[in-house]
Amino acid sequence: MAPRDALARKSNEQHMIEIDLEKEGVRGVNSRLHTLAKDTNQRHWLIKNPMGQHAIACGLDAPIIVEVGGHAGFYCGGMNKEAEILIHGHAGPGVAENMMSGIVRVDGNASQSAGATGNGGLLVIKGDAASRCGISMKGIDIVVGGSVGHMSAFMAQRGHLVVCGDAGEALGDSIYEARLYVRGKVDSLGADCIEKKMTDHHLAKLARLLDKAEIKANPKDFRRFGSARKLYNFNIDHADAY
Amino acid sequence: MDPNTPRTTPRKSATFDDYTLSEIRRAATTGIYDIRGAGAKRKLPHFDDLLFLGASISRYPLEGYREKCGTNVVLGTRFAKKPIELKIPITIAGMSFGSLSAQAKEALGNGATIAGTSTTTGDGGMTPEERGHSKTLVYQYLPSRYGMNPDDLRRADAIEVVVGQGAKPGGGGMLLGQKISDRVAQMRCLPKGIDQRSACRHPDWTGPDDLEIKLHELREITNWEKPIYIKVGGARPYYDTALAVKSGADVVVVDGMQGGTAATQEVFIEHVGQPTLACIRPAVQALQDLGMHRKVQLIVSGGIRNGADVAKALALGADAVSIGTAALVALGDNDPHLEEEYQKLGTTAGAYDDWHEGRDPAGITTQNPELAKRLDPKIAGRRLANYLKVMTLEAQTIARACGKNHVHNLEPEDLVALTVEAAAMAQVPLAGTSWIPGKGGY
Repeated sequence: MAPRDALARKSNEQHMIEIDLEKEGVRGVNSRLHTLAKDTNQRHWLIKNPMGQHAIACGLDAPIIVEVGGHAGFYCGGMNKEAEILIHGHAGPGVAENMMSGIVRVDGNASQSAGATGNGGLLVIKGDAASRCGISMKGIDIVVGGSVGHMSAFMAQRGHLVVCGDAGEALGDSIYEARLYVRGKVDSLGADCIEKKMTDHHLAKLARLLDKAEIKANPKDFRRFGSARKLYNFNIDHADAY
Repeated sequence: MDPNTPRTTPRKSATFDDYTLSEIRRAATTGIYDIRGAGAKRKLPHFDDLLFLGASISRYPLEGYREKCGTNVVLGTRFAKKPIELKIPITIAGMSFGSLSAQAKEALGNGATIAGTSTTTGDGGMTPEERGHSKTLVYQYLPSRYGMNPDDLRRADAIEVVVGQGAKPGGGGMLLGQKISDRVAQMRCLPKGIDQRSACRHPDWTGPDDLEIKLHELREITNWEKPIYIKVGGARPYYDTALAVKSGADVVVVDGMQGGTAATQEVFIEHVGQPTLACIRPAVQALQDLGMHRKVQLIVSGGIRNGADVAKALALGADAVSIGTAALVALGDNDPHLEEEYQKLGTTAGAYDDWHEGRDPAGITTQNPELAKRLDPKIAGRRLANYLKVMTLEAQTIARACGKNHVHNLEPEDLVALTVEAAAMAQVPLAGTSWIPGKGGY
């Protein structure tokens, strides 16, 4: 897949360093990226031949751009800090898991647990995301161009999940304070997750998220979901909700 | 009836004993199951059911105060670039900031550091106090991922991926709202005062094949430096150990049902899992069958109380043990000098286990600043260090008596069992016989 416009602009600004994962292996690629100083001038990298390998570009901790030139396996961009990672293909389970900051963009689809437990930053999935997207999210913003599978935003604590397509069963089960926006249909809501009023404040926030994700959609087409906060403190009369 | 007619003595049911009756009444009144801290309290086959044989004509002992008996242990020799070396084979188990006060966590770090061993974070992340006072700190990687971040991961000396724990194999956790202070809430990204639930499964992997990939990711993020432990509750110790090895663990931690918890349902603690004694030999057998015994280290926890327990666990094949409840007692938990305050809480010293309520008069299992400041981290840490040193001396005493110049040289042949059950579980002969239940067709 070709780099998108924004990336192409960035690519033109500086020299892009290519690393061949087939030759250097995951360890070799990650070692080079991990040793970069925060103020490095080697700011733009392309990982060639990712071959669906696992743990590519995980644990990055510098404001660099890393393009993955194909499909990635599990945990690509895991625990990312500051880096902008662009996956020009599909991503396996746990893409951008526990991300702290920065951006991870997936041109294709993402497997289960995308953005799991993420604390910050932005995860953009242009295609669909499988089950448990945003599970236990703790502050990350996730924008999905397509649909998400069942149990997405399970125990979601903080942050935003934007779904431009449909959501599977049990959306937002046992949700805490995360905010969910869905444009399509929702198969079912999980325990303690309810539809909430969309105010101007929420429309503005959603517009900013869509803009940042570079996904064109009208915020007014979305519905908002969040926690009813009835399960925050155990009450025996709510036991059948568990 | 003639008052002189003999009457039978009032007889209480063994099935419906006083405790059972009180629990039925409590449940009927409150409508909620009982939640408490600590591990299984019921009588279980345990290390007390084993005895060392000591030296005799066929074995000769080492001189108690002159001949050396080593106690060091190296953990993480399989894959980690930087295995950790401890002076003693007794580590401090994972206990969270949140369930424990910051002072208690600091004291655990102080005591472990003085004694030359490691301490472990818990479900809630790493505090600066804990890192600062712990020379060797193991960072727990739990299903909830509360407080998890790559900086602390790299600051740790080892990583412990928690799959389960002995008090509740297959269960998650619950920290009740009264212990979710501002700081705890901030670390866990939750609103203050709500019940904090911890998931029972990890959010981004399922099964041993995924776990292997997860470990690979953690190693990549930490430059393959840190030993990675996998902790399992005492459920299926043979297969869990084998699968942990398959997944790439450097160290396997097996926690029996006497292992403590901060807060779990009583029914879970007492009725799910296996006793520690029953877990060790199957775990060792799995390592031996894979040719990995002593290459992947085994840590055993759950009800370790003294040097004899340490020596027995090592003799059965463990490389080290871990203590939690005993460490809290060493800090000052359940101390009789607080009896008056325990009475006010409706309990008594030695029985206090409502750790989840945050009203601990010892200042250990609380987030109440007034209670927490009762615990002096230096004094409590010193007490823990003393206790760890005594346990080590006791284990050395036994090892020397068995003719061993290192505690790791203790072996099952040094042991006999007092009961048939213990003999079967530990796979050592019943005392006075050569009978090992289940061996030789019997």
